[in-house]
Order: sequence, then C-alpha cells, then structure tokens
Amino acid sequence: MLSRVANSLYWMSRYIERAENTARIVDVNLQLLLDSRHLNDDQLTAYWMPILQATGDDESFLKLHPQATGQAVTEYLVFELENGNSILTSVTQARENARMVRDQITVEMWEELNRLYLFLRSPKARETWEDSPFEFLQQIKASSLHLVGIIYATVVHNEGWHFMQTGKFIERADQTTRILDVRHTTVPTKGLPTKVSQTDALEWSAVLRSCSAWDAYKDIHGGDVTPVKVAEFLLLSDSFPRSVRFCVEELDRSLHDISGIPSRRFSNDAEKLSGRLLAELEFGTIEEIFAHGLHDYIDLLQIKLGNIGASLFNAYIFQPFVNMEDEILVQQEFQQQQ
Amino acid sequence: MKVLLEPVGSEFSLVVLREYDPTGFFDEMAVDSQQSRPHYQKFLDEFSQISALEFDEKRRAVDLAFMRQGITFNVYGDSQGTERIFPFDLIPRIIPAKEWEYLERGLTQRIQALNLFLHDLYHEQKILKDGVIPPYYILSAKHFRREFVNFQVPKDIYIHICGTDLIRGGDGQWMVLEDNGRTPSGVSYVLENRRALQRTFPGIFEAIGVRRVDQYPQELLRTLQYIAPNGVVDPTVVLLTPGCYNSAYFEHTFLARQMGIEIVEGKDLVVREARVFMRTTKGLQPVHVIYRRMDDDFLDPTVFRRDSMLGVPGLVQAYRSGNVSLANSIGTGVADDKVMYYFVPKMIKYYLGQDPIIPNVPTYLASEDADRKYILENLPKLVVKAANESGGYGMLMGPKASSEEVEAFRQRIIADPRNYIAQPMISLSTHPTYVGDGRFEGRHVDLRPFILYGEKTVIVPGGLTRVALRKGSLVVNSSQGGGSKDTWVLYGDE
Repeated sequence: MLSRVANSLYWMSRYIERAENTARIVDVNLQLLLDSRHLNDDQLTAYWMPILQATGDDESFLKLHPQATGQAVTEYLVFELENGNSILTSVTQARENARMVRDQITVEMWEELNRLYLFLRSPKARETWEDSPFEFLQQIKASSLHLVGIIYATVVHNEGWHFMQTGKFIERADQTTRILDVRHTTVPTKGLPTKVSQTDALEWSAVLRSCSAWDAYKDIHGGDVTPVKVAEFLLLSDSFPRSVRFCVEELDRSLHDISGIPSRRFSNDAEKLSGRLLAELEFGTIEEIFAHGLHDYIDLLQIKLGNIGASLFNAYIFQPFVNMEDEILVQQEFQQQQ
Repeated sequence: MKVLLEPVGSEFSLVVLREYDPTGFFDEMAVDSQQSRPHYQKFLDEFSQISALEFDEKRRAVDLAFMRQGITFNVYGDSQGTERIFPFDLIPRIIPAKEWEYLERGLTQRIQALNLFLHDLYHEQKILKDGVIPPYYILSAKHFRREFVNFQVPKDIYIHICGTDLIRGGDGQWMVLEDNGRTPSGVSYVLENRRALQRTFPGIFEAIGVRRVDQYPQELLRTLQYIAPNGVVDPTVVLLTPGCYNSAYFEHTFLARQMGIEIVEGKDLVVREARVFMRTTKGLQPVHVIYRRMDDDFLDPTVFRRDSMLGVPGLVQAYRSGNVSLANSIGTGVADDKVMYYFVPKMIKYYLGQDPIIPNVPTYLASEDADRKYILENLPKLVVKAANESGGYGMLMGPKASSEEVEAFRQRIIADPRNYIAQPMISLSTHPTYVGDGRFEGRHVDLRPFILYGEKTVIVPGGLTRVALRKGSLVVNSSQGGGSKDTWVLYGDE
C-alpha cells in the first residue's frame, strides 16, 4: 500500500473518531447543565473551562471569546473552523483525507462521510442545532457510529483497514484519557480521594456518559459512582471497548497485523512501545495510578500514545521524501553518467 | 413515424412536449413541432408515462445522489473549496445503430491516421518531405517534442486514449470539431450518468435496447497492459494524478478504482537506476505502465518545467530506457494543435489512401495568405480559435462579439498568424432539455466519444453528450455553464 494512502487512512479514521467523541462530550455536558439551571455565569465558566482544557483547546478558545459561556463553548466545539478539533473541522478533515484515497475506500463509506459533511455545512445543520442541540448531536453520533459499522462491514480487512484501526484506537484511547481528566481537580494530586460529594458523583457520572460507559459501568458497579471506580473502569477494563487498555490492546493487534510479526514481539518502535504500554495497563492497578497522581498519570499516558503514533509514522509512512531540488540533482548526475 | 404530440392523457406530455419548437436548427429528437425522429419514439412512449411531479422528484434525486457521491468538479479560485456537480439533464440523447456504425468507422479511421502521423513525424517525417504538411507548422508547434525524434514508443502507439469532439450542423451532418490526444477527460461522467439514469428509469433500457458502456474501465486497463515494457509479464499499472485539487480528480479516482490499480501522485513515485518505483508501506515497489493524467510539461522537472512540483524527477529517463511506458506517449500534443487539425483529412488520404469518413469543420489557417485575407475580411462572421488553447478559452465568436473584441482579435491574428485558425459559425444541433418550471427547450449539444487504441480499437458506444444550458449558447464546456446528458446507442435503428 502506498505510504501516502496509509497516512490518509490513518488520519481519516482518527478524525471520524474525534468528531464522535466531541459530539458526546458536548451532549453529556449540555444534559448535565439542564439539572443545574441555578448556576451563575462564573460557575458556568468554571464548569466549561476544564472541558476545553481537557481537549487542549483552552488557549485558542480564549483568543476568540472573552468568557466561557455555554453558548460560546458549544459553538466553539461544534462549528468553529479555527478550532482544529471541532466537529466541523474533524469531519472536514476526515472527508479531505478520504477524498485523497477515494479509490481505496468503499462507496458506502464515502457516501456516508460525504453526507455527514454536506449536512454539517448546510443551513439545516444550523437550524437543527438551534432547535434542538440534542437532536443535532444525536445525528452526529449516529452518523459516526454508522460509519464505524460501514467500515467494519464493507472494507476488506487488509492492510489499509489495519491502518484505519490503529488511527481509530489511538484516537479513542487519547479521547478517553482527556474526558477522564476533565474532573481531575476533584481528586487529590496524589493518593486516593477520601470523600465524594453529591455534585462530584454527578459530574463523574457525566464522565462515564461522555464515554458511552454508563450502562457498562452500572452492570459491574451498580449505581455507586466514585472517582476511583470510574478511573479504573475507563483506564483498565479489559472488556469495555472505550477503555484505554482495550484500545491499546486493539492497537497492538493491528500493529502486528500490519507487520505480520507475532504478538509479544516487535519489529519496530511502534510495536515495542505499544507492547510496553499494554503490559503496563494489564499489570497495573488503580491504587498505583492514584498514588502516582491521576492527572500526572494521564499526562504520561497521552505522551506515550503520541509516541506510538509518531513511531508508526516513522516505520511505515515516512519513506523519506527527499527534497525536490536534491532529487533533481541526483537524477541529473545519473543521466550524465549514462 | 408517430406524431410527437400524440396526447397520451398524462399531464406530462400535454404540458411539456406540445410547446417544443425546434425551428431554426437541426434537432436531435424532433423533425419539426409535429414529429419526432423514429429512434426516439420508444423512449417517448415510455417517458410519457411519467408525470411532471414524478419527473421533478427524479431530477432532484439524481442531483442529490451526485452531490452525495461526490461526483463533482472543483471550482478553481474558490477559497471555500466549493465543489459543484456537473449539471445533468435527464433526457438522454439517442443515436441509432446505423449512425453509430458510421461514427465508429470514421473515428477508427481518424485515430489510425493520427497515430501513423505521429509515428512518421517522430521518425522519417515523410509527410513533411512529400510536402503534404509544410515543415514550418511542425517546427513552430508548441507541443512538438523534438527531443523524442527517433524514440521508439511501445507498440508504436502514440495516442492510446483519444477524446474526439463531434458536432452536427444545420443539415445534421456530423463533423469533427477537435481531437484531444493528450489527457482527455469526461469518461467518468459517461459511466456515472448511465448509472444515474438506470436507477431513475429502471427497466427502460432493456425495453428500448440500449448498448452498455460499463466495460470501459476493463478495456482501458487492457489497453494499458498491452503497452507494458518488453519482458514484463504481469505489469503494475498506475494512474498518475496531479492531486486532489485537480478539477478532474474525481474521474482519476473513479477510473483507478474501477480498474483496480493504484492512483499515485508525483511524490509517491521515485526513480532509481532509470526504473520507476512507488513508495509503499513495504518499501519501494516497481511500476511498469503509467496512465498519466497530467501534461508533458509537468511530468519531469529535470526535462520539462523545472518548477513542476507535481512531477517525478528522472521519469523521462526511465521512459527513454524502456523501463516504464506512458499513456498517452510524450509528444502527442502536436496533434491537438488546431493547425494540425486542419491537416487531418490530408493525413487520412496520405497514410490510408482513403477519403475522410467524418469531415472536418471547414477551416482557414491565418498563416496562409489567402485564408488570412478571408479571415480578416469576414471576422464578424467567423469563429476564431487560438491553436493551443482548450476548454473554450482563447476564442472569438464573431457573430456574438462586440466590435472591440473583434478588433482585438484582428490585431492578435496579424501579430501572430501561426497561432490562429478560423471556422464558420456552426449552429450546433439542439436537443430538448429541461429548463425549469416543467418546460423543455432546445439547447445545443456536442458529443465526445472516447477511443481506445491498443491491440484493437475500442470505442465505448456513445460518449459524453455535453449541452450548453444557457439559452442560445454554443459553448458546452463545464467551466462555462455546460451540462451533460446520458448518450444511448441503440442496438437497432428505432
């Protein structure tokens, strides 16, 4: 497979995942606020800012808006083209990458992605958003899940598909850590939290819902929502498909499917780093993580995921593209020797 | 022949077709306001079952489907990245078997002559020595690549894929307007238009007996594999695109996908030891045949335009060494020169000893004294074209131009006569076309068949019918308000 194509498939997949995650975050937090109509402007800002910080967008947001009102933040997360992570930007980027590999993806997949893009850019999207944000976000989430299903069901599970898988799972793992990080100020910098207030419980259940994890969590822990159990579930669960451990396991599998090397061995840095991270998640405990400090641990986790992505790029995608001028000289020299 | 306006009781035929008036032009469907041509009758019978409301729904559904599938072209110079669909008119253009066989013979004759001409031009140049074409015209041709004289192209084929534009004048006579022997585009619309109409009017194709077009990608692949370098048994064929911002990018991906080959950009390819490779996740893989959809000038910055960022340094060296084949060959652009067009009938006579089956449009060369005199005296009546422009640019439509425009062209012709030809204004044939509000009017059309020249000559039945959607306009190019129609070639004559 062409390196450029692998790169586009990887990013297309990441952006689709990113759009869905952003839609879920906005959705859950809007719903949560329905229950807290009494909040004043400052309280609202205090509520929304951590969400922007989690996606790393707080600085660029503040350049555009003086205050983090619900209106400004949601607008920024949904439609803002200046925001590299907004839903509209993500879908546009996903489609742009898909366009570059239009011959490699199925018609069904392209049409759904294109439909989503055209919808987002139509006046109807605005109308739906203003009439009912929930209806709007529901459509984005449904379309994104639809895409995931189409990809699974129509794309041949070959090398290209595995590149899409790696993109999807790196992005998903990364998004899960960011959502988990939103409420890190309610727990101690190091060590286990002692008391959990009613508001905290509510906000941590929002964290679960942002990861579509509420039902899965409830099956295991019932209605007892504590930061430790939530973090354990989202970081270390071996069966919940959005937990970091689950994602890294899938990522590791796809990396080995690409290279053809048996699992638990490695032939490049990406495989080495993903294997190492997987072992850490498999044999780590939530107590150790809190002892280290949840926020710091998450920071490290994000760096590790980033390194896996970079190594993947070096291994498969970065076939050194020489500078055009240099290449011209190489060819001219060769031609003169002839 | 049945009467076109026979009331069949449906709202549609009563409202729409009764008002159709083809007077003044050769109309493809209507003989006059009373009668249709026999090869349209079956279609009209089927079509009259559709109500105006249904028709409108179908029209919208097709537009939406094109937008959804991304069957669009990019509008240059639009920062919003706007993509437009190439407007599509639901009423097909129909060609009966007898006429198509005539066109097939004519187009086959023409591509043979063009390939023989290019081979001669890049080898012995007998046609110049025998005085049939003055050497001056070749030496001054913008796209003549003298560095390829005596270069042996695989299987002696220069133009593998040709798009020849055909028109019909007031008497219905078919004529060749121009040959596109470099990188003709539009064939994806032929295939997609057909698919759209098949979805819109299921069943109608079989009832009427319409020839298929969907074999084109396989035929194209066969044509490309045929020219693989000697000794390569299972050649790797790729399509080289300028990239996703090119206006024909949709077509490039479409064809690559249909053929099951890789679509590559210049930066995906690298030349080592005069061999071409593509960069893949598993390292460098050899490439044997390149279907290139970019002009000669951009192919290789070490040979042609140094500033080309789209090309592949060393590609021409690999081509010269016979390690990679290109379709079309380098240097075919000389045959697209509108001055060379003038000589095609003479080429047919010279190489094949035959009279041209499909005539040219009468053409005057501005660098011939007598012709130039005629051109300059009759400018307001003529169409003047620059020899090396395409897409409807660099053109003067005398009868529709202001006197300032006419004067400007007069000066340009006097300054650079080699670069201009003139032709009488041809009133292209018309075809009923939907114009909104439930009404149909005649709009001018042309036809671009796609000719594949490999082991044998293959022409997919029909081609792209382009239609000038603006009332009275004779310019069918998509950049200038043109649309397209599906083209049906029938198995029979009715």
